[in-house]
Parts: sequence; C-alpha cells; structure tokens
Amino acid sequence: MRISRAEVEHIAHLARLELGEGEIEQLQNDLSKILEYVALLDELDTTGVLPTAHVVVKGDPLRDDETRPSFPTEDILGNAPCTQDGYLRVQAIFPKRDR
Amino acid sequence: MSLYRLTVHEAHDLLRRREISSLELTESVLRKIEECDQGIRAYITSTPDIALDHAKQADERIAANDMGPLTGIPMAVKDNICTKGVPTTCGSRMLENFIPPYDATVVERLREEGAVLVGKANMDEFAMGSSTEHSAFFPTLNPWDTSRVPGGSSGGSAASVLGNETIFALGSDTGGSVRQPAGLCGVVGLKPTYGRVSRYGLIAFASSLDQIGALTKDVTDCALVMNAIGFRDPLDSTSVDEPTPDYTSYLKEDLGGIVVGVPAEYFAEGLDPGVEKRVRSAIEKLAELGAEVREISFPHERYLVATYFLTSSAEASANLARYDGLKYGLFAPDARSILEAQSKARGRGFGTEVKRRIMLGTYALSSGYYDAYYLNAQKVRTLIKEDLDRAFRAGVDVVAGPTSPVVAFGIGEKVDDPLEMYLADLYTIPANLAGLPCVSIPCGFSDGLPVGLQIMGRPFAEGTVLGVAYAFEQSTDFHLRRPPTSL
Repeated sequence: MRISRAEVEHIAHLARLELGEGEIEQLQNDLSKILEYVALLDELDTTGVLPTAHVVVKGDPLRDDETRPSFPTEDILGNAPCTQDGYLRVQAIFPKRDR
Repeated sequence: MSLYRLTVHEAHDLLRRREISSLELTESVLRKIEECDQGIRAYITSTPDIALDHAKQADERIAANDMGPLTGIPMAVKDNICTKGVPTTCGSRMLENFIPPYDATVVERLREEGAVLVGKANMDEFAMGSSTEHSAFFPTLNPWDTSRVPGGSSGGSAASVLGNETIFALGSDTGGSVRQPAGLCGVVGLKPTYGRVSRYGLIAFASSLDQIGALTKDVTDCALVMNAIGFRDPLDSTSVDEPTPDYTSYLKEDLGGIVVGVPAEYFAEGLDPGVEKRVRSAIEKLAELGAEVREISFPHERYLVATYFLTSSAEASANLARYDGLKYGLFAPDARSILEAQSKARGRGFGTEVKRRIMLGTYALSSGYYDAYYLNAQKVRTLIKEDLDRAFRAGVDVVAGPTSPVVAFGIGEKVDDPLEMYLADLYTIPANLAGLPCVSIPCGFSDGLPVGLQIMGRPFAEGTVLGVAYAFEQSTDFHLRRPPTSL
C-alpha cells in the first residue's frame, strides 16, 4: 500500500508539522515502507487478546491530595520566547486578513 | 595511573583514604575532556565551572566524614535529563536554548549523594535513533574506531564512559538506548525495571517504555549507581514503591542455582557470525560458572520490531505535541496565526527522524487506524510479554543473548535506511515492551570491536541480573580493555 501525497499532507496537518517539498516525497516513501513492514502483525490472530495497558502493576499509584509550592512564574516564563506582563504572548488565533 | 581511568569504586576507595581529593579527580576528568572530546564529541555541553564547584563541596563533605559511594565522583548526564540552570537540549534544535528551572529527580538525588556534574552527553534527537547520528548538533564517534558510530541514542554517555571522559554516566532507554551503545562501546549499561527509577525531569519519548539507566566501566559501579537512583518518587506516578536492596550484595562469582534461558530464535539470519561466536562462548562461560543453560522458545520474536515501532512512535507523537513553540523551545516570529506558528516551529525545530516518527505515530493514532495499528500492537505486546513470562514461570532466572546483531557500524552506513536502523534494535526491545530489567556487558571482540552480552531478568530482579553480569565479568578481562585514545 502506498501512502498518497494527500495522506501525508493530512497527517502533517494533524501533527502540526510544516513540511518542505522534498520532505513530503521522502515521507511518502519512508512511511509506505514502514507501514508495509509493520503489516507483519496482521498475520497474527489477536482476537480475545487483552491489550497491554501497563507492564508493571504494583501498589496504588494514587497520592494524597496535598498542596505543595509550585514553580515561581518568572522561572517558568524564563524559557518562553515571547512574554508580556507575566503572560505568554502568542500570535492571533484568527489572523488579520490581507487588505 | 591517571585518575580519569578510575572506576567509581576505585575512586571512592582513594577518596575515602584521602589519597586523592575530588578536586584532583574532577580536574583530571575535565582535562581528559578538553584533550579528547574534540575527537569524540561525547558532550553537547561540558560544565567545568559547575564541576569544580561540586568537587569543592564534595571535598568539604569528605573532610567532615559525610560521604557515600558517589560523593566526589564525576558523572555525565544524557541531555534529555533536566539539569537546573544547565541547557538541556534533547539533541534538538527545538530545545537548543532550553534551560530547565529544575533538576530531574535522579539528578537531584545524585547531587545529594555528592556526585559531580561534568557535562551533558550527546544523543539522537529526542532519543530517537541507534547511532547518535540523529543529534541535531553533531554525531558522536566511537573511541574504538572514530569512523564508526558509538550506538545510540545514549551514544554520548557510552562514549564518555569508554573514553574516560567521565567516571559514570546516566542514559535513557526506550528500545535499547542505554544497552545498545553500551554494547557497541564495550561498557556496562543497565535498563532497570519499568517503574524502578523516577522519570520526573526526563524529557518524555514513549511513556510506556522509557526508563533512565546507568552506563559504567564495570558491574560493581552499575550496582552502586542503582543503589542511589532506584526509589519511589511521589513526583512520578509510574515509579513503584518497591524496597531497594543493596545491589552490591548480589555480586558473587558463582552462578550455582541460576537458570539461564537462551531463545533459539535469537540465533538466526541477520546475526553477524563474529557476534554470534562471542555470545555463544559467553553463554558457555556462564555454564562453566555453575549456571544451568536452557534453550527457550520465543515464538513472537519476529513481531518485536513492528510492535515496538508502532507503540513508541504513537506515544512519541502524543508526547511531542507539547512542543508548540510558545511556552519554550523554537519560536516562529514570522507566523501570522497561532496554528501557523506551531506548524512552522515544529517544521523547523524537529529533524528528519523525529518528523518521521511523529508522522508514523500520528497516522497510527488517527481516526480509523487506531484499532488496526496502536491497539493491535498493544495486543501483540501482551503475547510477547507472555512468551517471556512463560519462561520465567518455568524456572528461568535470566534470559541471555546478544545486545546487537552487529558490532559498531560505519558513520553514514545506515542513516539513509530507517527500516534497517530499526531492525538492528531487535534484541534490546523485549525488555522495554515487557518492562524488565536488562544489562549489557562486554563479552568479547569481533574485528577489534566490542560485542555485548545481554542479561534480562524478572521485574525488580536487577540484583540477579547484575549478579550474573558480575560473575561473567570477574572471569574475563573484556571490561578492562580500552582504546589507546582513552588511556
């Protein structure tokens, strides 16, 4: 099964990845090859097999609901590329239309 | 003898007897880095000022008789493990300027023990790769032969240990990323049981598989590092409340009563004859040391790589969704909308291999494909785990086999064929899919390059695994061999 260009573009959109022209073609080739390989699993009948949810089940993972200090805002914002007045500054969700 | 050549336990003895100071030891390692790292490139960031500061603090503690086995000992930390105030790039342009505001729990604990941070080790971008060629910055070279890869993704950690550019290192292992480079470099590398070591502060790749592990010069060192980092951390809900034994108490030279299972399927087409020969003679050695060796059957072995790649890529695509270029990481100032900003930042920040896996994972999780790919892979994962459970129930204590089907390969040799690179992870994958502890130790040389022997045990049987590794190590001298440049 060969992955189409439209499928690569659709998946790239879902993954929020802007791809260059050469990359789309390369990914069409690579994904087709990899998916062809993983189709190996189809030879197994997995009816009734429980999917693995967690490999090591031991004890109760829940903790008490206790408050603890969080990181200072300035420490966390220190890595943000663009901030203003203690907030992250981001581009518009709805871009301005070109006039 | 040059101090940088010491193991953890040798250095500790000298520090305890006040024959050397941590400052002298640390300066020796830093000089070695300065002298050799241009030729090996094990480090993305070296931290000499921090190291000297840590060493002075350690010497004060030693003077006050407040020391543990790791006090004053230099360590390298893989660059996907957060270090407060020290860049943590994950081998990616995306995080090139990221400076964590906190230490990972393992780093915090090792600092409490008095270990000395000498640098952040190179790796394949986001730990995706088996050669360290996918680092966004530069490849690391194998000190045995600089035309070859050190393995990956913890290639910088393995090369720094082999090259004596540190005394020990931390790595992370999702499908073999500690053990495969340990095998290809000829050092010791342990992936602990899933849940044994806290992952708080480890940059996530595939959350059902990731574990932090140690890379060391010998098995005793590995036990000492595990003594420090194996504990329940309330900040990681997947870490388990299981008592931590003293792993050094398992290190014995006799293997009487131990049953070693060897999967017949491991010795098939694709396994290099030189590797096969060394691994088979290593298994004979285990029998000479008193172990009972049994052939076991691993019927779902042929599905390992497919199951692993679907699982890890799907989880990676979800984990890496957090890199939106807004909170931290690469930023796209030229975008006009938030959607465009995210797509541009991710398109520019991620390298080819990371994009390939995000795309595969997104595909495998997308509407209409989830059942056929991700869910089905989790079902096959159950079958793989049952194969191993069956062997353990039948009395097998450890499963032994090769770490890698080949010795260190040439730089550039596999980088253009992703599937071929993936297939080379065959032997390391089961321990991640089943969550089991597994160590790689040097077991010989083929064409002058190290061959790794893997020993995998039941959940939380790190002690047994290290015990078998130790008995083998003490009856051989492979762990003492070093390339000329490391001396």
